[in-house]
Amino acid sequence: MIVTFDIIILVFLVIAAIISLSVKDLLAAAMVFGIYGFLICLLWAEMGAVDVAFTEATVGAGVSTVLIIATILNTRRRSTD
Amino acid sequence: MKAKIFASIAVTITGAILLYAVTDFPNFGDPRSPANAGVEGGSSSASLYYIENTYRDTKVPNLVTAILADYRGYDTLFETVVIFTAGMAIFAILRVLRNEDAPSAPDPESTNRTIDGDHHRIIVGITCRIAVPLVQIFALYVVAHGHHSPGGGFQGGVMLGASFILIALSGSLRDALARFSEASYIRLASLGILIYAGVAFLPLVFGRNFVDYGALRGLLGTEGEEMARSHGIFGVELGVAFTVMSVMFAIFANLSTRGRLKGGL
Repeated sequence: MIVTFDIIILVFLVIAAIISLSVKDLLAAAMVFGIYGFLICLLWAEMGAVDVAFTEATVGAGVSTVLIIATILNTRRRSTD
Repeated sequence: MKAKIFASIAVTITGAILLYAVTDFPNFGDPRSPANAGVEGGSSSASLYYIENTYRDTKVPNLVTAILADYRGYDTLFETVVIFTAGMAIFAILRVLRNEDAPSAPDPESTNRTIDGDHHRIIVGITCRIAVPLVQIFALYVVAHGHHSPGGGFQGGVMLGASFILIALSGSLRDALARFSEASYIRLASLGILIYAGVAFLPLVFGRNFVDYGALRGLLGTEGEEMARSHGIFGVELGVAFTVMSVMFAIFANLSTRGRLKGGL
């Protein structure tokens, strides 16, 4: 384990999670959620779980972001709560 | 406001319990943790068996692939069925089979298709046109090379599905559906399950257990049972890839058009 690498990823992970929860623009939230997925993918790869990292990169950062955006575009863009 | 206070209290308590539970976890990569060394700390644990015997049993260097598709073949079969069911659920909920029953907005395809003067769309479209075949070839490599490197049917299938989604995003959904129509993705999703279940079922014909691919030795003409298991894993991965590819594209196509398969993003 590379501790500095770990700390950098984890800090960005927390930042990305908070931003994607708090931002009002749903499209921005979806994009930041994609970044969150990619950071988790980096974390898996760094821990040696390369197969899981690959799945996370394709599903978490790739397809699910597109699916969320496809859903958002069929709703209103801004959250009301 | 009251609901928010209650929610934050619940979240805080749950988080505190989770953090407290984390302290009981074994250290990362601890060889004496229960998962790695068995409950008694002996040498008879499952993971030790896999590490020592997987290559001898199946001739597959990537332990993860061998465990998922061979030792735990049942699990993966029904995981694939879960994905298939998710696709069918999306279809059942969203797909609108009657055509003109909703107040139809002006068909966006007619405006999207005018390329003249729209340089942005040309650049994106041509870049994706170049990228899509590369993505698909890499996805096939991932499916076929899952024995030796990270990857396998699921990841390769998602990438194949994503390549069709890329066509739909860069051009229009009509372009993607022209290459991968609704009839073909429904058929391929079912075919994937059929391939997996068929490869898993064949050993029963030879009087062996379900998902015991070693029994396919005579059928495949391999020298030992190990290579037959290796080829059986490949057949299974192919089935997973078909189903996942079709379901990913089906979910996107139905979600982005509210089940009308017209217009789209």
